[in-house]
Amino acid sequence: MGESIVITSGKGGVGKTTTTANVGTALALQDKKVCLIDTDIGLRNLDVILGLENRIIFDIVDVLEERCKVSAALVKDKRFDCLHLLPAAQSSDKNEVSPEGIKKLVDELKPNYDYILIDCPAGIEQGYRNAVAGADRAIVVTTPEKSSVRDADRIIGLLEKEEIEAPHLIINRIRKHMMDSGDMLSVDDIVSTLSVELLGVIMDDEDVIKASHHGNPVAFQPDTKASIGYRNIARRILGESVPLMSFDEEQGFMSKMKKMLGMGK
Amino acid sequence: MSETTTLLTMKGTSEGIILFLDDRCDFESLLLELKEKVTTDVSTNTTTVTVNCQNRFITKEDQENIKAIIQDNSHLKVKSVESNVLTKKEANEWLDSITVKTFVKTIRSGQVLKVDGDALIVGDVNPGATVNATGNIFVLGKLKGIVHAGFPENPDAVVVAAHMNPSQIRIADKISRAPDYEVEGSEREFAFINEENYQIELGEVHNLQKIRPNLVEITERGF
Ligand SMILES: Nc1ncnc2c1ncn2[C@@H]1O[C@H](COP(=O)(O)OP(=O)(O)OP(=O)(O)O)[C@@H](O)[C@H]1O
Ligand SMILES: [Mg+2]
Repeated sequence: MGESIVITSGKGGVGKTTTTANVGTALALQDKKVCLIDTDIGLRNLDVILGLENRIIFDIVDVLEERCKVSAALVKDKRFDCLHLLPAAQSSDKNEVSPEGIKKLVDELKPNYDYILIDCPAGIEQGYRNAVAGADRAIVVTTPEKSSVRDADRIIGLLEKEEIEAPHLIINRIRKHMMDSGDMLSVDDIVSTLSVELLGVIMDDEDVIKASHHGNPVAFQPDTKASIGYRNIARRILGESVPLMSFDEEQGFMSKMKKMLGMGK
Repeated sequence: MSETTTLLTMKGTSEGIILFLDDRCDFESLLLELKEKVTTDVSTNTTTVTVNCQNRFITKEDQENIKAIIQDNSHLKVKSVESNVLTKKEANEWLDSITVKTFVKTIRSGQVLKVDGDALIVGDVNPGATVNATGNIFVLGKLKGIVHAGFPENPDAVVVAAHMNPSQIRIADKISRAPDYEVEGSEREFAFINEENYQIELGEVHNLQKIRPNLVEITERGF
C-alpha cells in the first residue's frame, strides 16, 4: 500500500510543482513506483515540467466525472516506466472538484504505487482542501523570504487540524550570499520559527529553470546542486538519514557535508 | 438610623459603613422594614453605605430594588449591594476567569487564540498570530506576533515573554507596536501599563514582582 504526500505552501510560485516533479523523479530513480497528481485545476503545470504535455488524453476531472477510467487518464513518463502522471484539467476550475472525490481517487491508486505525490495549488481555499483530503502526510515548501515563511506557517497551522502526520519542510531557492548578508532568512531561523522537521534545502539554481524549460526535471542530472538536493530529499523520504549538504559554494559541496544542519542539534 | 433592629444591622468598619440585612426572613418583609427604617432616618448629610445581604441569594433585579429603596427614601448613597452567595454558573465563570489556561503548542500565522482568564503558552507566538486574553499572557517561547492582554479593559494585566519581540502589544485599550526598523528582541521581559502616564512600557521579568505584587492573587480579581 503506497503513501500519499501532498506538496503545499500557501504562497504561490515558491516551487511546489518543481518540487513535485523532481522529488517524484528522484524517487523513480530509486526504483519506486510513483504517481504524481496535479490538483492545480485550471492552471496545470506539472505535465509541462515533466515534458508530458502532448501525451495527455484525459485528465483528473474526466476521471472524477466518470468520463473515463483512472488507468486511461494516467500518463506514463517517457524516461521511467514506474513514474506516472495524473494531469489536472486545464479548462475546469477548482470548485468542480470535491475533497471526497480526490480522497476516493487517491485511495483507489494507492495499492498500485509506493508513493503518490499530490501537487497542491497556491492558496488556502477549495484547491488546498481538495489536495490535502487525499494525503497521509504533507511537505511544506517555502523560500527564505518572510512572506513565504509567513504563509508556510499559516499552512502548517491548517495542516495541524487535519488527520495527517506532522508536516516536513523543504526550503527552496536558497541564495547563499543573501543568507550570509542577512538579506534573507537563514535556514536556522526558518526551522525555528516553523518548528517542523526539515526534509531538505534546494539552492536557487538556473539549472532548475533550464531543465523545466526543456521538460526534463533537473533531478536527472548527475551533479548539479539542485539535483543532489532533490535526490537527498528522496532518500530521506525513503527513511535514510542523509546529512544536509553544505551550501558553501567555495568548497566542493560533495567533500563538505555539514552535519544535520537545523535538525536534531 | 443607627440602632439595630431585628432585620437590619449597621456597622462602621475600616471600609466604611456596612448595612447588614437579615438573610433568614422573607424578602418582602425585609424590603418593607428597610423602607420604613430609611424613611425615618432624619440625618441630612449624604453618607455612603455598602449593603451586605449575607447568605441570601440576590438577583441583579433585587440589587437594583434595594438600592432604589434606600436612595429614593433617604440621603444615603449605596456603594454596592453584596452577597456571600453565588449561583453555580457565576462561580464557574469566576473560576474560569481566574484559571490559567495552558497551551503547549506554537501559535501560528493567521491563528487567533482567545482565552478567558490568563493564557500560558508553552511555545512560540509566531508573526501573524494573535493571542487575546481577558487576563495576563505568559509566553514561554518567542513572542513575535500580536498579543492583547486584559481584554477589553483591564489595565492591570501584563504580558510576560521568555523572548519578547512582538509586532504589537495591546493591554486593555492601549496599543504599542514594534518600531519600523528591525529589532532583535530581548530575553525575559514583561509589558505593562504604567499608571503614571498610562503608556505600555517594558520591564525585566525580575521587576514584575515590584510592579504587580498581586498578579496572581485570585481574591484580587472579579468579586
Ligand atoms: N530551486 C530553484 N531554483 C531556481 N528556480 C526555481 C527553483 N525552484 C523553482 N524555481 C522556479 O520558480 C518558478 C515557480 O516554480 P513552481 O511553478 O514550481 O512554483 P509553484 O509553487 O508550483 O507555483 P504555483 O503556486 O503557481 O503553483 C518556476 O519558474 C521555477 O522554474
Ligand atoms: Mg504549481
